[in-house]
Amino acid sequence: MSAPPAAQTSRAPGAAFIFKKALISALVALVLFSLMIGVRTEAGPQGQLIYWTRFGDLAAMVATVFGGSIVFELLRQWWGPVGTIRVVPPAVQSTLSLAGRLIAPVLLVFTFLVPVIFYNERYILDLGILVLTYVMLGWGLNVVVGLAGLLDLGYVAFYAVGAYSYALLATNFGLSFWICLPLAGILAAFWGVLLGFPVLRLRGDYLAIVTLAFGEIIRLVLLNWQSVTGGPNGVTGIPRPTLFGIPLSAGDDGLAAILGIEYSPTHRIVFLFYIILALALLTNWVTIRLRRLPIGRAWEALREDEVACRALGINTTTTKLTAFATGAMFGGFAGAFFATRQGFISPESFTFHESALVLAIVVLGGMGSQLGVALAALAMIGGFELFRGLDQYRMLVFGMAMVLLMIWRPRGLIGHRAPTVFLKHNQAISSDLVKEGHG
Amino acid sequence: MDYFAQQLINGLVLGSIYGLIAIGYTMVYGIVGMINFAHGDIFMIGGFIALITFLILVSFGLTAVPLILLIVLLVSMAITALYGWTVERIAYRPLRHSFRLAPMLSAIGMSFVLTNFSQVAQGARVKPVPPIITGGYTLHEGAEGFVVQLSNVQIIVVITTVVLLALFTWLVSSTRLGRDMRACEQDQTMASLLGVDVDRTISMTFVIGAALAAVAGMMYLLYYGLVDFFMGFVAGIKAFTAAVLGGIGSLPGAMLGGLLIGLIETLWSAYFSVEYKDVAAFSILIVVLIFLPTGLLGRPEVEKV
Amino acid sequence: MSGDHILSVDRLSMRFGGIVAVNDLSFNAERRKITALIGPNGAGKTTVFNCITGFYKPTSGAMRLVHDDGHAIRLERLNDFRISKLARVARTFQNIRLFPGMTALENLMVAQHNALMRASGLTFLGLIGAPSWRNAEQAAIDLARTWLDRIGLLDRADEAAGNLPYGDQRRLEIARAMCTKPALLCLDEPAAGLNARESAALSELLLSIRTDHGTSILLIEHDMSVVMEISDHVVVMDHGVKIAEGTPQQIRDDPKVIAAYLGTDEEEAIAVMESGT
Repeated sequence: MSAPPAAQTSRAPGAAFIFKKALISALVALVLFSLMIGVRTEAGPQGQLIYWTRFGDLAAMVATVFGGSIVFELLRQWWGPVGTIRVVPPAVQSTLSLAGRLIAPVLLVFTFLVPVIFYNERYILDLGILVLTYVMLGWGLNVVVGLAGLLDLGYVAFYAVGAYSYALLATNFGLSFWICLPLAGILAAFWGVLLGFPVLRLRGDYLAIVTLAFGEIIRLVLLNWQSVTGGPNGVTGIPRPTLFGIPLSAGDDGLAAILGIEYSPTHRIVFLFYIILALALLTNWVTIRLRRLPIGRAWEALREDEVACRALGINTTTTKLTAFATGAMFGGFAGAFFATRQGFISPESFTFHESALVLAIVVLGGMGSQLGVALAALAMIGGFELFRGLDQYRMLVFGMAMVLLMIWRPRGLIGHRAPTVFLKHNQAISSDLVKEGHG
Repeated sequence: MDYFAQQLINGLVLGSIYGLIAIGYTMVYGIVGMINFAHGDIFMIGGFIALITFLILVSFGLTAVPLILLIVLLVSMAITALYGWTVERIAYRPLRHSFRLAPMLSAIGMSFVLTNFSQVAQGARVKPVPPIITGGYTLHEGAEGFVVQLSNVQIIVVITTVVLLALFTWLVSSTRLGRDMRACEQDQTMASLLGVDVDRTISMTFVIGAALAAVAGMMYLLYYGLVDFFMGFVAGIKAFTAAVLGGIGSLPGAMLGGLLIGLIETLWSAYFSVEYKDVAAFSILIVVLIFLPTGLLGRPEVEKV
Repeated sequence: MSGDHILSVDRLSMRFGGIVAVNDLSFNAERRKITALIGPNGAGKTTVFNCITGFYKPTSGAMRLVHDDGHAIRLERLNDFRISKLARVARTFQNIRLFPGMTALENLMVAQHNALMRASGLTFLGLIGAPSWRNAEQAAIDLARTWLDRIGLLDRADEAAGNLPYGDQRRLEIARAMCTKPALLCLDEPAAGLNARESAALSELLLSIRTDHGTSILLIEHDMSVVMEISDHVVVMDHGVKIAEGTPQQIRDDPKVIAAYLGTDEEEAIAVMESGT
């Protein structure tokens, strides 16, 4: 690859350059952290503010930045400039593409076996359920953001609508999970249409901020409409799902008693695991199916060029609405599942952080790629769990990881698009050509 | 009537603070075409730095309030501006010509970093300060004993906003930097071909936006007497709402939007319910955008076919 | 002129603020004929197109489209996607607007959206894979294949449209418009950026669209060799008004046309004159 001369000279900067850069970084860090880390404030015993200094911490931080900057520069030199095209030998390439094709089935089989392999590891089962919930949310949002190219920053609203629909229907009217599940999806889709109808003619960031505002409105209403939603206390005692009416409980009418096996709380966890797996796979199946139908192609065409869509007689408003409603419906399903799994929900679970997290999963996955979204959900949620030990630093690390991941792979993990129909060769399309919509 | 007048004053003061933050959003949007999600947190950092500077100054025995205010203002503007610069350098510049959602997500990531950085560095509890500026004027005394008051803090907030706004308008309209900024807004490639240092101009935009957010943070501290690590999120969303309401990319629009959001919020709280004040602000945003898709003062987008 | 007109534009005006882009323009396009709209840059040709295809709402005037069965449609009353869907007017764009991240085949499939939507029972029949849907899908693929073959892109059907050479993209855009089965095809500078050989192939393609499919064509073009070779009727615009119309031969000899071109762009004026010799 031929780089411009300027890039070539900056490719191998000397030790002096690295040192200078590190020094500047350290200086910047010193100013940034001087007051925020060097001085700690706290409300004193009488309520007045007191402060004490932490110059040791400050020095440590500045030193870390200095060292980190040197390491970073060295790594960057070793790694080479961004955008280098690495020549991969054909043999390796074909192995890689084989691995790429195998990864989805292997992952699927492994997921099916998780409850068998980790039957005694409650923690891993819970984590698996959590990851699958986000995989499902990611796949749902992928319809809106990845396929139709509409930026939705309030996806959590539909998750909340689904969760509260089930929680309220079940606790007030005693409806079972299996009846409420489709209702929750329909209600969420209904809200999606309700929001979508007036705002979908907005472009790009206007749409983003309106969806964000909508998400906040839903959360605030849930928080303040005490008589219905229980306000900040949320809804408790949400019934657990049953297997064809048979509860998975310890009682005489429970599944364990009927099957004549010893009751274990793990049964229910495994049951929940397979429910969410089935729901996620349903989402995936429907999405793959829809992509090959005219509606799905219209979504992608909309992402590519809205004006051209109109010239071809495609009703862009209804096309956007269906994308919004479909995404919202999956969000609603996931919400109902969340409610039944937790047994308790409150507005706290439906903050903007959730929307941002799901969006990050979609973008990191590589917009539009089902496998990418699944891998990204695994990486993000799994990674987040790995940092559990970091306690209060967890969100800090998470935020940094988000920034670094975006810089590392702005186009996501899976950077190509699979065509929905082909005559001879099913060849992937480089994401450089794929547009991102006006979202 | 008196009650309404009082609420009007309160709303305008709150609106000034939102307006100052909104300018940062609108500037960055105008020049790089993206929502700077970390901007609300920059405002929060500004509030914290103002608080810490104030504490230190007081503990050194400084008592002259105007001097304290001036030093606090300058220090928080300077340090917060550096935060703005750093955020741009780390999270946005590497993604300058990338896929558009990537910088948006790195901005959201940066916002998480800043929020949790303050939480870790300064603790999660709300930090109250005693009223720094006291006193005020009674404008009108009503028949039922209701008084319309204009406190000194309110006067300072409004005057500072007006002065900064004037300064800022001059900066954008009459200086070399302002010209470069407007050029980059129109066409970055062309601007760089004509010798404008685009990277530097964008950095300066973030720096100026952050400095104004720091002022807003300090005003917030003076007015409400407290800061906490989470205040950036809600204030940020509302200020962004203000920027969009006014028409994103338009500076007078940002200020107008800020004032409107401040007024809506205050009047809604006064006459309807405090709980739903944010719902009211967001609902009005949605309604305005439905009828005026580019905001109140935004340039209408002409569709090129 | 005997009048089997597919399109009658009557006193069309379009203003943007104080600027009059099209002023009181009237012309007709005959059925199964190629009508060319020419004029110097900035004459308002694309604005006329945008009015006809529903992207702009004209300030005043009427546009009447009559289908083969005699059904008449007032275009100025339809907007947006309905022009293409109900009036069956298809268009291409001056600066190609394909779906770059989708394959050539997919581009042609998207064009058949409305027909396929009906066939897929608004998605539901498609979702369960009903046989009627499968047949319709296969028919759509076959139609796309036919068009790909005609524009010589059958071998590149599975490549991203954005990766195709410029000339291929132009032809693909025309094929995509044809896949909507239009009554009137509006082409905005289809020969722009093409070399002489590609221009000749384009002329051939357009003539065959007219003759074999019976599709009427309205064409904006700067390439005079293409205009003079294939047009049945030429309308000349300058500064938003019609200054001449007639057969290519008549236009070639019209001093007003030559003056209009000379007033703006010498090269084009010479092209007009030379194409006559």
